Amino acid sequence: MSRYSIFSLARNALTGHRNWPKAWRSPNPKPAYDVIIIGGGGHGLATAYYLAKNHGVTNIAVLEKGWLGGGNTGRNTTIVRSNYALPGNTLFYEHSLKLWEGLSQDLNFNVMFSQRGVINLAHSDGQRDAYKRRGNVMRINGIDAEYLDRDEVADMVPLLDTSPDARYPVKGGLLQPRAGTARHDAVAWGYARSADSYGVDIIQNCEVTGIDIENGRAVGVQTTRGAIKAAKIGTAVAGHTGHLGAMAGLRLPFETHVLQAMVSEPLKPCLDMVVTSGVAHAYISQSDKGELVFGGDLDFYPTYAQRGNFPRIEEVVETMLTMFPTFSRVRLMRSWGGVIDMTMDGSPIICKTPIDGFYIDGGWCYGGFKATPGSGWVFAHTIANDQPHELNERFTLKRFETGAVIDERGAGATAHAH
Amino acid sequence: MTGQVFRNGAGGRIDRTVPLSFTFDGKNYQGFQGDTLASALLANGVRVVGRSFKYHRPRGILGAGFEEPNALVQLGDGARTEPNTQATRVELFDGLTATSQNRWPSLQFDISAINGLFHRLLPAGFYYKTFMAPANLWMTYEKIIRRAAGMGRAPTQMDPDIYARRFAHCNVLVIGGGPAGVSAALAAGQSGARVILAEDNPQLSVSETELADMDNVTVLTRTMAAAYYDHNTLILSERIADHKPAPAPFETRQRMWKVRAQQVVLATGALERPLVFPNNDRPGVMLASAAQCYAADFAVRAGNQAVVFTNNDSAYGAARDMKAAGIDIAAIIDTRPEISDSTRELATNTKVLTGHAIIDVASGRGGATRGVTLKAIHPDTGAPKGSPIDIACDVVAMSGGWNPTIHLFSQSKGKIKYDGARAAFVPGQSFQQERSIGAANGTFDHEACIIEGHNAGAAAARDVGFDAPDARTSPSGIPPAAQPLWSAPTGAKRFVDFQNDVTADDIGLAYREGYQSVEHLKRYTTLGMGTDQGRTSNVNGLAIMADHRRLDIPEVGTTTFRPPFSPITLGGIAGWHTGQNFEATRQSAMSAWHEAQGATFSNAGLWRRPEYYPRTGMTPAEAVHHEARHVREKVGVVDVSTLGKIDVQGRDALEFLSRVYINNLTKLPVGKCRYGVMLREDGFVFDDGTITRLAEMRFLVTTTTTHAGPVMTHLEYLAQVQWPELDVHLLSVSEDWAGIAIAGPNSRTLLSQLFQDVDFANEAFPFMGYRETNAGGVPVRLFRISFSGEHAYELNVPADYGLNFWTALLETGADLDVIPYGTEAMNILRIEKGHVTGAELNGRVTADDLGFAGMMSKLKPFVGQVLARRDALTAKGRRQLVGLVPADGETPIPAGAQILADPDAPPPEFTPAAILGEVTSNCYSPALGHPIGLGLVEDGSDRHGDTLYAHSPITSETVAITLTNPVFVDPAGGRLHG
Amino acid sequence: MLHIACPWCGLRAQSEFTYANDGTLIRPDLSNDSIDDHYNYVYARDPRRGIQDEMWRHSAGCGQFLKVRRDTLTHEIHATGAPQDDLDVPKDDRS
Repeated sequence: MSRYSIFSLARNALTGHRNWPKAWRSPNPKPAYDVIIIGGGGHGLATAYYLAKNHGVTNIAVLEKGWLGGGNTGRNTTIVRSNYALPGNTLFYEHSLKLWEGLSQDLNFNVMFSQRGVINLAHSDGQRDAYKRRGNVMRINGIDAEYLDRDEVADMVPLLDTSPDARYPVKGGLLQPRAGTARHDAVAWGYARSADSYGVDIIQNCEVTGIDIENGRAVGVQTTRGAIKAAKIGTAVAGHTGHLGAMAGLRLPFETHVLQAMVSEPLKPCLDMVVTSGVAHAYISQSDKGELVFGGDLDFYPTYAQRGNFPRIEEVVETMLTMFPTFSRVRLMRSWGGVIDMTMDGSPIICKTPIDGFYIDGGWCYGGFKATPGSGWVFAHTIANDQPHELNERFTLKRFETGAVIDERGAGATAHAH
Repeated sequence: MTGQVFRNGAGGRIDRTVPLSFTFDGKNYQGFQGDTLASALLANGVRVVGRSFKYHRPRGILGAGFEEPNALVQLGDGARTEPNTQATRVELFDGLTATSQNRWPSLQFDISAINGLFHRLLPAGFYYKTFMAPANLWMTYEKIIRRAAGMGRAPTQMDPDIYARRFAHCNVLVIGGGPAGVSAALAAGQSGARVILAEDNPQLSVSETELADMDNVTVLTRTMAAAYYDHNTLILSERIADHKPAPAPFETRQRMWKVRAQQVVLATGALERPLVFPNNDRPGVMLASAAQCYAADFAVRAGNQAVVFTNNDSAYGAARDMKAAGIDIAAIIDTRPEISDSTRELATNTKVLTGHAIIDVASGRGGATRGVTLKAIHPDTGAPKGSPIDIACDVVAMSGGWNPTIHLFSQSKGKIKYDGARAAFVPGQSFQQERSIGAANGTFDHEACIIEGHNAGAAAARDVGFDAPDARTSPSGIPPAAQPLWSAPTGAKRFVDFQNDVTADDIGLAYREGYQSVEHLKRYTTLGMGTDQGRTSNVNGLAIMADHRRLDIPEVGTTTFRPPFSPITLGGIAGWHTGQNFEATRQSAMSAWHEAQGATFSNAGLWRRPEYYPRTGMTPAEAVHHEARHVREKVGVVDVSTLGKIDVQGRDALEFLSRVYINNLTKLPVGKCRYGVMLREDGFVFDDGTITRLAEMRFLVTTTTTHAGPVMTHLEYLAQVQWPELDVHLLSVSEDWAGIAIAGPNSRTLLSQLFQDVDFANEAFPFMGYRETNAGGVPVRLFRISFSGEHAYELNVPADYGLNFWTALLETGADLDVIPYGTEAMNILRIEKGHVTGAELNGRVTADDLGFAGMMSKLKPFVGQVLARRDALTAKGRRQLVGLVPADGETPIPAGAQILADPDAPPPEFTPAAILGEVTSNCYSPALGHPIGLGLVEDGSDRHGDTLYAHSPITSETVAITLTNPVFVDPAGGRLHG
Repeated sequence: MLHIACPWCGLRAQSEFTYANDGTLIRPDLSNDSIDDHYNYVYARDPRRGIQDEMWRHSAGCGQFLKVRRDTLTHEIHATGAPQDDLDVPKDDRS
């Protein structure tokens, strides 16, 4: 892998940038691999990278039905944080955040991880206490968290409506200073480039149409580019995990829903943090290009179409303008949708399955992007060792049978309620 | 006319009798009614209107409408300022002010233009390759990058304007008021169908009086179709007052229409493509159709001397109109080796150079165009050859062919296809009830557009049952105008995306580095990601990539067009549903009274509830403690109207309730209440409340305030979907009844005085009893239930009478020293009694966790019973409800603290910290005279008496606490029953 | 925006409705105390890329639940009816 740096840029500038190598190869699939990862998004590529880097497994194919990073990796609102309260989530997301902190250097690809801080606004005494409860769990587990009062929030987010006579006045907020945003596409590209350099075959335009199972063991996949054998098969196909599970004969605790996101036209810097509302579901930040990036709830009905409808956009914009009334004359530039697996407790699944050699990484609900490095890291561990790491040992399918669910919202077994 | 040196004395659609003054970058200019800001700037000879995003190169006006990537201005100032506004779509008004963007300190001298000198170091995606070392400096780099990026400035004052939203339904919706659209609307309108015709411009391009006279046709001008959603729902954005300095008082600025159309006709036209050649971004280089539009519609000469540069026939018409407006056409440069005689006829007396191309554009003062250099080109490769020819000019009018405006078609889920002859993507198979016509369908002939429009309008009307006029036949098969793609194969700074400064070299680099799929190309180079959403760049970019990959354009693919078509204001989307109107506010019948007493309020869902009533000479905390103490000593009344109330009736009402509550209800007689708990299907606690048997087959159940909606949905789902055989009917009556709790030792005396016909003696009306009476004909429901643990009642009266009974209680009880209390005191009273609410009912607890195991009937099945038996819900080590008191008897227990045995334990690596539980509620107890709390702690029921720590690092508090029984006051229940 | 035909109120906008659940779920009998059967009812789902039956509620209208046969790839609605209705439009067998 030719290293990127200001010096390599300068060197290549002299030759008109004609000599940059391809960031990754476009190989044809081989007949067999040690490991097949289905899904060439951030999670799948990160899994391949950590399998190679941490576990010495390099005979790997990553199969992507479209273009790599084209699923939710390239469709999310780019928020990275580790502010979770429940065992299972807390340390997993923190491990992921720590990997983010060194990711640009590790991959030699600038993923522009910007630790600008995430504030969750509290609008009632109950919410204030709940955020303190969560912040305390974080602090006790060694994670940064601060509780801000209203004036401190107002100082950090000057355009936020913090007036006491607001419909839902801001009482304060939970701040995670190390949280922030990253450049989503770069994450897929950075992992792809590094995985490729270890010899991982990244095969685009290759859709998996079937999982071959013999005697309770996964032995290969059928694809639009032919059958491919493998000793181990892992899926990382946000939004389609239930569908892929069904190919292997598994009934999974998932529903697939569409989540929309949107950006405004680019503006000069006016919002330095990521801010989430505590009234309605909404999260807002400003990209380095200047666009306000925001989103909210699901459309709330199952769908595999990567298209949403207008009522959700209206609600998200209503919430956003209630928080930031002066953005009224700013324009919405673009909106889009991505399909996501909603699990029955709102937490992910990274585990072995009842089928030997078949592993699942899915159920990321609203928040798979921030988990990308952590998920790849523990999924690689799980596949390589055929058993979970401590960090993902709670993210099992079994938990729904035993009742050991990880339900941060306490919403129960309704997928779209999380 | 002073200053408008590029304006002709006659012609155009402007009204010269209405001169308008405006400023650009602080300088005064004049224009006319009917001008756009862009046409007025050109009339005044203003060439440089902005700076580009990355290299900060000076930029001029490229287009005349939606396609404009360069001329984005900050419109107005103060509260009405508006960033990134396309000058080509701003209607000029008197007093308009506009400022250029993305430059510092001034448009003429922009310090960041130095980026242009270092452009070799800044190829596409350069930021992915650097700024990585040292690791902690990215935040510093980022600050600089953010400051340089962005474009306009967001307003920082409240928007003074009003926005409205409106639903509309119609038989046929026509988008686009050009020849095709008007023709379609007319045909549909003649059939009697209800028609809406939407046009973005201030007027239709064809004046059509017949249309205006039809009652069944609504013509919306200044209205842009922004989005095409499922089930033929379109979003239209109407600009009602944007062409004026400010809306009139109470006038709406913009109205968003949500139109459900049975049939849709898209007549959205086509947009011209630029050509890609070196320095094609110099101010003065513009689309031929734009130069033509300024000449014909605004009587504005885009310059004095023009070179027309084209690869197709349409620019010849543009040249003709420019010439007619007085622009000297120095030459028409055509990349095609040959042109037809009819085309050549259009350019009589004009020099035409076929088989040539511009290889450079020279710039003069301020960067504006002052000439071009041409070369002959190789007929196959397009490579320049031979000796250069220089031509002086101040305008280059270019045409790279036309893209049908298929954005809405694509949004509708229609399949687009590539048409090689037109070198453009055109609509293919429709997915919804939709027809694309005219230029939007790749039909560029005027007469053919009109016929296509007529036929589509008539067919659409016919499809929804109207008797529509007959189809007309096209004069003959008009062959599509050939317009082969061309771009200069070499040369520096050949811009493809003007707004984002993406050049042909950048696309080459993306190709070499493997970012070859359309989406990778877009995302790596930012091609087409600007506010113009690639209207002028996408197809050229694709063509260049296709060339590198030696594929046909359709094999490289196309991108999805995402809503909105062109940016729309957030204010317009939200309408009036923001601020105080963000959500409905639910008020109880007594809200105004609470407000008049100066109560502070908190939000509970949509409800506003009084927290406490201020008292002179007392701090808020003292006032709250006073209220709580007073209830325990005397009597208080509290507004509990917000509790959910569900009337359950039917022969199987009892059976139904037995299935949904854990409690055994078979022995519940008429006239009695019971405390009940509901589980979710997954076995965790859902909600609690009371069940009162009003009659043999009628019950009233209550829910917590926040769960009223979810509980109703849960019960209705079971009743309607899973158990339709049960005769049970549910009705939410939460808002029909006002609720007042009367609590304290004097509550019985107070109620006895008010309702003298009711026997309040303990035997006649015991704890958990229910009585009905009436007062002056108003029905009254009395429940002897208690949240505070005191002798207490709850009273329900029809909501309209709530305030009467509230004041009657206060007046009647004056001698008994009755006071009102709020939710703060209520919260203290329930903590003292160990009653659970929100933080304890967190959706993760079992009935046993809360000490409700005894209520779970073993004699009947109920919802949640089976999954509540799962291992994790019954294992040891679950967190159970406990009381908490500070070990020192006085230090407050921190809200939101976690409970641990060792607060000094170091943070863990992979195994979660040993947290035993959490503080769920905390307060100072006036009854006990010290702080107390409730918590959920691992095996808490077995730990009463143990000392642990309530640890709150986030507030730097750590307090030793002793675990106790959660019922602090009157554990034996003497007060309740007495 | 979806438009949904409520069997009782007629064609109404999506914003009046709430999606509730998979429309084919049958709650285990009250006498059934098998954890597996309840697990299957509460947790396990059969995602369909294509046409599926769903239960919706006309929550901002008549409050009734209704069965909706809808395509999860295109959002087309092929039929609606009361919760117990057998919708008479043939079911697509895409998966």
